[in-house]
Amino acid sequence: MEFFNPNSNVNFMGIRRWTVSLSLILFLASIVSLSTRGLNLALDFTGGTLVEVVYAQPTEQAAVSAALAKIGMEKAVVQRFDAQNYAIRLSPKEVTDLATAVHADARAEDGSNLDTRNSQVADNLLKALGADGQQVTKKHSEYVGPQVGSDLAWGGLVAVVVVLVGIMIYIMMRFELKFAIATVVTELHDVVLTLGFFSLTGMEFDLAVLAAILAVDGYSVNDTIVVFDRVRELFKTTRNLAPVEVLNKAVNSTLSRTIMTSLATALTVLALFLFGGPTLKGFSTALLIGIVVGTLSSIFFANPLLLWLGVTKQDLMPKAKDEAELARRP
Amino acid sequence: MLEFPRWKYALVVLVLLFSAFYAMPNLYPSDPAVQITPNKENVLDAALTARVQEALKSHGIATKSVAIEGKNLIVRVYDADVQARANDLVRNTAGDGYTVALNLAPTVPHWLQAIGAKPMTLGLDLQGGVYFQMEVDQAAARTKREEDYIEEIRAALRDKTIRYSEVSRSAAGIRIQLSSAADKTAALNLLSREMPKLRFTESSDTLILGIVTPEEIKAIADAAIDQNVATLRNRINGLGVAEPVIQRQGSNRIVVQLPGLQDTAEAKRQLGATATLEFRAVVEGDAASALKDGTVPAGARVYTNTMNGVPIMLSKRRLVSGDQLVDATPQIDPESGRPAVSIKLNAAGGKRMLDHTLDNVGKRLGIVYIERVPTSVMIDGKEVRSSRTDERVISASTIQGVFGKDFQTTGLSQEEANSLAKQLKAGALAAPVDIVEERGIGPSLGAANIAAGRKAVEIGFLLVCALMIVYYRVFGVISVLSLFLNLLLLTAVLSVLGATMTMPGIAGIVLTLGMAIDGNVLISERIREELRLGNSPVSSIKAGYERAWTVILDSNVAKIIAAIALFSFGSGPVRGFAVVLFLGVLTSMYTSVTVSRALSTLIYGHGRKIKSVSVGGGF
Repeated sequence: MEFFNPNSNVNFMGIRRWTVSLSLILFLASIVSLSTRGLNLALDFTGGTLVEVVYAQPTEQAAVSAALAKIGMEKAVVQRFDAQNYAIRLSPKEVTDLATAVHADARAEDGSNLDTRNSQVADNLLKALGADGQQVTKKHSEYVGPQVGSDLAWGGLVAVVVVLVGIMIYIMMRFELKFAIATVVTELHDVVLTLGFFSLTGMEFDLAVLAAILAVDGYSVNDTIVVFDRVRELFKTTRNLAPVEVLNKAVNSTLSRTIMTSLATALTVLALFLFGGPTLKGFSTALLIGIVVGTLSSIFFANPLLLWLGVTKQDLMPKAKDEAELARRP
Repeated sequence: MLEFPRWKYALVVLVLLFSAFYAMPNLYPSDPAVQITPNKENVLDAALTARVQEALKSHGIATKSVAIEGKNLIVRVYDADVQARANDLVRNTAGDGYTVALNLAPTVPHWLQAIGAKPMTLGLDLQGGVYFQMEVDQAAARTKREEDYIEEIRAALRDKTIRYSEVSRSAAGIRIQLSSAADKTAALNLLSREMPKLRFTESSDTLILGIVTPEEIKAIADAAIDQNVATLRNRINGLGVAEPVIQRQGSNRIVVQLPGLQDTAEAKRQLGATATLEFRAVVEGDAASALKDGTVPAGARVYTNTMNGVPIMLSKRRLVSGDQLVDATPQIDPESGRPAVSIKLNAAGGKRMLDHTLDNVGKRLGIVYIERVPTSVMIDGKEVRSSRTDERVISASTIQGVFGKDFQTTGLSQEEANSLAKQLKAGALAAPVDIVEERGIGPSLGAANIAAGRKAVEIGFLLVCALMIVYYRVFGVISVLSLFLNLLLLTAVLSVLGATMTMPGIAGIVLTLGMAIDGNVLISERIREELRLGNSPVSSIKAGYERAWTVILDSNVAKIIAAIALFSFGSGPVRGFAVVLFLGVLTSMYTSVTVSRALSTLIYGHGRKIKSVSVGGGF
């Protein structure tokens, strides 16, 4: 079985103006969306309280919101899993408001002086939701302090930068500066597009999604490296081929591999998306987007970039060591 | 010639055996259980076993087994809901002499346990439980240390009769205001010699500034964290959790995980008493009128919140603080037969107490309980955390004789004695902690997560298998076999390392499966290419493995960089994901290159005359 004609010579580089333009448009759109709409940051980053509740009887989302409005929590985010399962998210401010109202009782009842307001908030929510006789139970609750959230966000940002710089240094050592720049710019492009997707769709951006984006970072560089490895090999083993032809040939000869690997990874991630449960929904979505973007960008974005950076045979030649190694090759 | 050295085959077989045996324990699901551990003076015996069995039976709780396993009596039940009920019942049945805790009891056969094989621990998201992240208030810890220094400085100056007008804390450091330039020189010499950990600078003719060095501050913070971890560990023992995790995270945070626990409120009651204590001498006199007339003696302070509501004056000088308290237990005084609290201090506290009581028999000694209440207010849309301090005198009793680190306080009712002992112990926590993150996961959610994770791994694996075999034929089968070994090896390594499996960890395994296959795809594609160039089957296979190696290495290094960054900057769950990703890259490099090469050599190599290679794509 063969997906592609092994001797295919699709002129990928010929349409580079279009593909790069499309990439740039998507990149700009992502930046615009990120700076205007921002990300729908989850509890992990914003801090606040999340309470997951189970209703004994099926309930409408409107009824849940109405019950919350009664205690002044109009802004609480209600997320519906199914007719009986809901999650309610409160911002740190709302938690404070709700807690202030109950703080006095909380202390008297509890006797300890730890931050008891969070469990009080959850209990109060349950009371409010069950006000009209509904039986409501708490399935799960989370509280994240604002400081923890901002520490995480900062840590995530540093991690992305470290990955980019680390990969750039490695490629510079193993390949050459132009390859390193092309790889890192492609990486950045993939990360921004994935973030842009989350910004545009308003999907929740939590810690798991951040982890997925970092994983995608490592993964999509993989695709780029495989193509670049072939570029390097072709530059060394062929004569009289223009850089644009070398790049085209490299993309074509690794195409089958690129598709196969992406397909295999996409299939496993699809399994996660479909069967991994709600906890991994955002995570697997980020991976899927990252895989698609990463695969396409390694073909349509990284190579034109390399060409524009003016890559030539000489870039890989001058080192005497390489010459010697080349001489030993069969 | 396609060759593969014999010792490498042996190694592959060894790796296979290791992986199989050490991954196997994960196939045995753990039983929800209640674990009963006897305290020092008690023993586990058949009578207790029978008593527990009887109690469970009479309440209609079905058990899988009730038996003594090692040092514990383990009650195995069928599900988590029953476990909680059984726990309450067993706790009442066993009584005070035993610690009763929720646990997951392994069902791994003995021969596997004998070779040290154990299943991975399940994270909170998979087995349910409570998670707290706490932050130690370092500023408070530092303030306290500065106050201790002020005491010591005053005492040292008094000892050598160096006259000073003021020793106090300021933003710049400890201000020591002396009476003359001569006193200043003497003080500087004395203090520099006696307190090497403080850095003293002359600020003016009669003023010295004492600054706590950064090393000292770091040491204080470290000590505060360590002491808090130790104190929390003791407090958690009272909660009945078999395997609590109490970890230091970073410079000032502590992570507490209590698997199996459901009641966050109860946990916080136990953990959260962020209180400290101080022992101070009582200054006799009518505190109420002194406060009214403004005639409070220098060196004394009026406390209005006391045990009997009558204001009392205490010395400003702190004798002993809560971190010097080792233990406090309620007991019956053997002489009078009345309730008492027995108090034990550490050596430093004991010495100060001895010095004080030598001169002060017949005078009263007060104990102040200081409670710290975290509060938060919104200022300009930002949450500002601060705290309110409540000080209460909980005891003021007459010193009957000279004593050091062991003494007791009497004149209390049984209830008062119990309560005082409890408060004293709570006060031993050196620096205040606040909860900054809190999560609770129900056991049913955990079970659902496990089921979902398992299904995702199985289906992901099968999909990749199908794709590879259809596309690459025999080489697809080789790839799938090495991928399966990769899954086994990764599971075995994680189990042996004692990793905790979490939902992100499962995601890491699934993702590793997808990414690991890349090595095999690269090799197979390369073999096809070599065949297309007209090379012989044997040399194509050989070249396929050799040429693909560099690119496999390069691309895996990139993944390793990402995994390391994830590990260094991520928190709990992200770290689990990073560890799996990192180990997965390493194991997959071995399986997709070495193991698959062993398999392909077994099929095509060793001088066999082969006409074709089954790698799909028309070959």
